[in-house]
Amino acid sequence: MNAEVIAETVPEKKEFWRWQENVWIDETKDWKTAKIVTCGIDVGSVSSQAVLVVDGELYGFNSMRTGNNSPDSATNALAGVMEKCGMKLEDIHYVVGTGYGRVNVPFAHKAITEIACHARGANYMGGNGVRTILDMGGQDCKAIHCDEKGKVTNFLMNDKCAAGTGRGMEVISDLMQIPIAELGPRSFDVDVEPSAVSSVCVVFAKSEALGLLKAGYTKNKVIAAYCQAMAERVVSLLERIGVEEGFFITGGIAKNPGVVKRIEKILGIKAMETKVDSQIAGALGAALFGYTLMSKKAAAA
Amino acid sequence: MIANYGYKDGSGEYYISIDTDKCIGCAAERACLTACPKQMFEIITDDYDDEVAWVKKPNCRTLSYDCGDCKPSGGYTSLPCIAACTPGAIKHSW
Repeated sequence: MNAEVIAETVPEKKEFWRWQENVWIDETKDWKTAKIVTCGIDVGSVSSQAVLVVDGELYGFNSMRTGNNSPDSATNALAGVMEKCGMKLEDIHYVVGTGYGRVNVPFAHKAITEIACHARGANYMGGNGVRTILDMGGQDCKAIHCDEKGKVTNFLMNDKCAAGTGRGMEVISDLMQIPIAELGPRSFDVDVEPSAVSSVCVVFAKSEALGLLKAGYTKNKVIAAYCQAMAERVVSLLERIGVEEGFFITGGIAKNPGVVKRIEKILGIKAMETKVDSQIAGALGAALFGYTLMSKKAAAA
Repeated sequence: MIANYGYKDGSGEYYISIDTDKCIGCAAERACLTACPKQMFEIITDDYDDEVAWVKKPNCRTLSYDCGDCKPSGGYTSLPCIAACTPGAIKHSW
């Protein structure tokens, strides 16, 4: 059987989990007139971001899915945003790598943990009133406290289990055959708010979700039950270090109102809003760290 | 900064907290490094360029087992790491 025949007989598999990749440039700024251009590269387990900062201000970013190789993911993320603004690697004065694959960013001058970078990025995005940060990443969640400068004062993550993370949401999206961006809004379209699924472990939640569908739950109700379970899970993490006013959520799940609204309801506190893509917080923080380092170097010279 | 290393699973919460403000310029001459029978601690330069102790990554996922021998059931009345850390930077959550 030749390839054409196979293509005709095998239906195209839709990737419901595939979230929107983004490239953005601030057209009001000109990097060519900037004194310091820095870059932050966040190579996460699910997504990779490259952020460009010119003279301490966000200039552009590229957010895309992480491939099977960290150096390539970092290179591709940066190439995407540089291409958009006609920049070359040698035009960037300092590169900071962060995230799961931070030590594998080939052109990085320094590697900084995502904990410090998310705090710094959230401080930029939400202002110096940000005190508690919840980073809901692809395969882990982190609860972070920071001071008015975005310096970490307390952090907690679960080093063992990836339950209740972005990857889990992707699996549910595929299982329900509903695009991932629609999950949050659809989770509110239920007659009665269901109880949370008993486990957010991706493996158990998947089989429990199937069981609920067989028991007559609508897809929306299953999604609502999963969103509630995720919210309860991350709130238990947050409560260990306490939640202060100035609550900010970073990471891909921050774009899912089904989870965010439920977290806010349990905590009785509203998350701060931002116009900047929540997924770039880590890379933005990394680029800002680079800017601080370069500024200090310039001042010392 | 309070740095928490560990996890929560079906059996409980297992976190070792290190208060890095007390750890910087350690007055106990990094006694935690030798006090821990499993040698779980090591000194690193953190994101703010301070030299502090942390729990080695592989141990962060197996704390309940790694620390089990030093708990009261293992015959200890006090944890060696906490006793050795005279500045009081180390705490266990369980």
